[in-house]
This record gives sequence, structure tokens and C-alpha cells, in this order.
Amino acid sequence: MSDGAPLLQVKNLVKHFHLGGGLFGGRAGLVRAVDGVSFEIRRGETLGLVGESGCGKTTTGRCILQLERPTSGQVLFEGRDLATLDEDALRPIRRKMQVIFQDPYSSLNPRMTVGQIIAEPLAVHGIVADRAERARRVRELLSHVGLLPQHVHRYPHQLSGGQRQRVGIARALAVEPSLIVCDEPVSALDVSIQAQIINLLEDLQAQFGLTYLFVAHDLSVVRHISDRVAVMYLGKIVEITDRKSLYDSPLHPYTKALLSAVPIPDPALEARRERVVLGGEVPSPLSPPPGCVFHPRCPVAIDRCRGEVPDLREIRPAHRAACLLA
Amino acid sequence: MGTLLEVKNLKTHFVTRSGVVRAVDDVSWDVSESETVALVGESGCGKSVSALSIMRLVAGPAGRIVGGQIRFKGRDLLRLSEEEMRHVRGREIGMIFQEPMTSLNPVLTIGRQLTEGLEIHLGLAPAEARRRATELLGMVGIPDPERRLRQYPHQFSGGMRQRMMIAMALSCSPSLILADEPTTALDVTIQAQILELMKDLSRRFGVAMLIITHNLGVVARYADRVNVMYAGRIIERGTARELYANPRHPYTLGLLRSVPRLDEPRRARLDPIEGQPPDLMRLPAGCAFTPRCGFSVERCRVEAPPLCEVNAGGHVSACWEADNLDRARTASRT
Repeated sequence: MSDGAPLLQVKNLVKHFHLGGGLFGGRAGLVRAVDGVSFEIRRGETLGLVGESGCGKTTTGRCILQLERPTSGQVLFEGRDLATLDEDALRPIRRKMQVIFQDPYSSLNPRMTVGQIIAEPLAVHGIVADRAERARRVRELLSHVGLLPQHVHRYPHQLSGGQRQRVGIARALAVEPSLIVCDEPVSALDVSIQAQIINLLEDLQAQFGLTYLFVAHDLSVVRHISDRVAVMYLGKIVEITDRKSLYDSPLHPYTKALLSAVPIPDPALEARRERVVLGGEVPSPLSPPPGCVFHPRCPVAIDRCRGEVPDLREIRPAHRAACLLA
Repeated sequence: MGTLLEVKNLKTHFVTRSGVVRAVDDVSWDVSESETVALVGESGCGKSVSALSIMRLVAGPAGRIVGGQIRFKGRDLLRLSEEEMRHVRGREIGMIFQEPMTSLNPVLTIGRQLTEGLEIHLGLAPAEARRRATELLGMVGIPDPERRLRQYPHQFSGGMRQRMMIAMALSCSPSLILADEPTTALDVTIQAQILELMKDLSRRFGVAMLIITHNLGVVARYADRVNVMYAGRIIERGTARELYANPRHPYTLGLLRSVPRLDEPRRARLDPIEGQPPDLMRLPAGCAFTPRCGFSVERCRVEAPPLCEVNAGGHVSACWEADNLDRARTASRT
């Protein structure tokens, strides 16, 4: 699927948010949302980014899109470091990077018709200046995402959740991007509709040679759609490798616990399945624990884990994990 | 085991300007003592309205229970006075909701919210209620319960709030707990904790549970029996093992086939249910699933199939073609 050249390289990305005194003079703090993340995505590839809420996966996606400017680190897109560019220099690059959000309802303007929503980026980026030509292109995009020509005149509230997500996808496709950040694109949809949208994303990838960063918490969906997968915990990548290695032979205890927590729709299998139920909860990124960030919940932690931060190191070929015991 | 709750021919409708929404349309099911039963379905199928109907909390005047019976321990809840119904809510039937933050009072301490029910329903003195509340928080795995009782909901994490909801639901030793999407708002690892806790507690205290969810995986692990709902009706019911191993309605089959599974080899392509769920105001004549169904025959378009027994052990399905859903045919489509 991928031709090997990295489209995107993220190097030591850091994003900290300052919680400052504020109106009531509360204590200031530093939220380490993304704390030294590095990975690359090759052209035509899908990288799954999984983790629980607050692990920094969405912020990572937003930093790549430059919707948040990174605190430090590099975001190299086609070889250029986006973190150093100003808004003017970024504009032509934004065309090549699009985003699909979790909730298609709150990300579509309720006062615009489907046709206007999809035509807007074409006009803004000056891609199709001619009106009639734009209308033709909108119809073409609608058919790419499985909507009908008559949907052009509908408003978002007149569509179902699945249809709205299709509109969001058509809008992203309109500017012919090379990278799409899909941020939980199916988790707000009904089960029977999720599979439709996943199939659509895969078809479009094959048809247009798209590259995806697929941010999600559902490990079954991520396994289906991703070529490689990165697992995040508390602002850091704890494991990254190709799909097969991650799911067949996970190395990090957190990955193992996540996989074990996914319920499988088969009562007979569930009854005899061994489960690692993690105790405790994800610590606050305001005061991450010293040493390995996972050690307070880790079922196999040893004394060293409390003091020593594990590097994300290659343990098997192309399989990296941040665990002293891996 | 005796029947604890029996819902018979329940109809809950909503009257809107554009027409009548038959959210729950002639639905019958039951829960036995100490049993865990699931209502499964997608948004708008009527599963939450079913639960609200049992508690008589359907929002009027638009929403109304227009027919049927809800027999709980032999009494029809629909015939109770509002006063009697208040005694049932919380005291005899506990409730757990999806988003604990919106179902807890943000300006009352956790302790106050727990002791209120104990004082009202069980008539405990404040000191006694406080002691019991501490015990309950400890039981649901909240560390340092004494201190936690003095805190407010916003000081609790999502998982802790859901533990607190479970403590509230259990506080008056009800015989049934209604849990509406109890883990949907939670992270995977916390979801596993909460489900294990609910299962453990329901066994320990012999409480029956009705779990309402869209997640087929959650149901597989925790339910004894499963009711599958579609467009306001139950379209299939059976023991969890039987239903998953041998689904006999095209919708159930479609749901099971559409989700990627970690225990199976990765498929090249997912097998979705095509189309959209129907508009409840414009339901087609005949079976509501027909427009999305790969098995439909002429009869499906004109006549809605009743729930019929398809296998021993109470496995029922509402499908004219229930006996013809052989797997070879579905396999050939992929």
C-alpha cells in the first residue's frame, strides 16, 4: 500500500498547556498533554493512534495540523517543518492536510446546505473558481462518499449521523489532500453504520492514495483499518509497530491490558477468557508520576520502574516499546 | 427462579407536531430474580424509552404510555399512585445512567446524595445513614471513603462517579437495577473495572439487572438473556450463548457480522448493514427491517412477522425467513 517514503515525520513533539492563575487565582500548573512523541507515516499508509481519554492522541493530531502550535519538536510534512512556518506560509499546506471529526453534527455549519458546506473549501482555497464547475465537483464528491445528488440542498439536521459523517468526509476530500487526520471518525455512530464508514474510508484511500492518521480508542476498529499502530499513555508513545506484531505479540503491559479489556461478542469465549483488569485510573497529566508513567497501574512493575524513565527502544525489528522489562 | 419484572404489550408513544412516534410498540419481555437481562439496539430503537417507561419517567406531555402492563413483583406499576411509585424508584428498583455527571447534583456533596435515599426510603437516622454510606463507597472500591463523602461530584473522575452511581443504586438493597449504557462514557480499562464490579455485586446481593446497551461485546460477557430491539420492537430474544452462536434474525446476524473482532483473523473488508435505520414516524408496512435486509421475501413487505419460537430454551425471532438464514448464504456475500 505504501511506497516507503515518509509523508509525515513527527520528531520529539511536545505540547504543554499552562493552567494559569485565572479569575479566581487558582494554582498555576503545566499540563503535559504531549510529552516527547516521535513517529512517521509513510505515503499511502494508515497509522492508528490509540489510547484512553487524556492520553494526548487528539492533541497530537491537532499539533500535526498546526491547529495547536507545538511547544517544541518538529512536524515535518513532505520534508518541511510546519512548526516553524507562519500562517501565510502554512495556508497552501493546510490544503494538503484535512481532518474528519468525531461528531459530524457539531463540525458542520447548521445554516449551510450540504452543497455549500462542500463547496466552501473549493472557493476558499481558490481551487475551482467557476460556479457551475464547482457545482459539478460537489456532485462528484457526493457520489464518492455514497450520497445522492438531491442531498445537495439538505441541511445537516435533515441527515442521519452516518450521512453527516459522509458530508464531513466529502468536505475533507474536496481540496484533494494527501493526509487526513481521522479523529474518532466512527465512535459517535451506530454499530451498523460504523462498518459502512470504515469501508468508505478504505475505498477512498485506495482510490485517491490517501494517507491516514487514525485516532481512536476502539482497538478492534484500529486493528481493522491500520497498517501500523502507536499506543499512547499519558502523553507518551509506549509501543509502536506494525498491526500484526502489536495485536499478535504486544510487548508493553499497557497494550496487553488494553487488548484484554476489549469485550468480544461471544459469550462462550468470554467465559473462559483471561482478563487483566487494571487497577486505579490514569494519573493527571498535571503531575505525571516519576519514572515510567504507567508504573502505578502496572501489574508487573519493579522498583526500577519508579525511578527510571524507559526509552522507546527497538526490542524486535520495527517493534518499539517503552518498558524496562520488555 | 420466579419472574420479578414482566413487561406485557407495552406501548409508549410520543406525539409531535409532525406525527406520532411509536418509540416502544407492543413490546413484551421479562426479568427473573437475580437474572441479568440485556436490551440491545441502536439509537432510537426504543431501549431507553423502555427503561424510562418502567420507572414511569417518560417525559410528558408528548410522551405517554398508551398501553400494556408493567408487572413488578406481581403489581402493575402503571396502576400505582405517584406516591407509591416514589417508593418503587430507588427503593425497589435502582438506576444507573450513562453520564453520571448529569445525573448527580453538582451542588450537593457525595455524602448527602447517598444519605438522602437512605434517610427517605429506609428511615435511617443521619448518623446511621452516614455510616452506611461510608460502607457503600468502600464496597464499590472507592478508596478513603470518609474523605470522599465530603467531596462534590466534580472532584470525582468519570470512573469514580460511575462507582458512586452504583453505590447509590445499591444503597436501599433493591431487587432490580436498571443500567442504561452504564459504561459507554468510560475508557476501555475503566469500563472493564466497572463491569466486573457490577457483575460481582449483583451476584453477591442477588440483584437482578437490566442492562441497556448498544455494545454487543458488553452484553456477551455479562448477560444471561438478550433482547434485540429494532424500530420500537423486539425482533429476537434468547439466552446470550444461543443468540450469539445461532442468531436467527437478519438484523442480529448483521450486527454481529459488521463489527471487527479481535479474536478473529482480520477481514479484508467489513460487512455492514446497508442503509439507515427507519424513521419511526414513517415505518414501512410489514417488517421495519425489510429495506435493509438481504433475506427479505415478498411477504416481509406486507405483513409484520410476530415473535415465534425458533429453538428450544425460549429463543424467539420475528422473521418470516428465520429458518432460512443459513450461514452459507451470508458467507457467499463476502
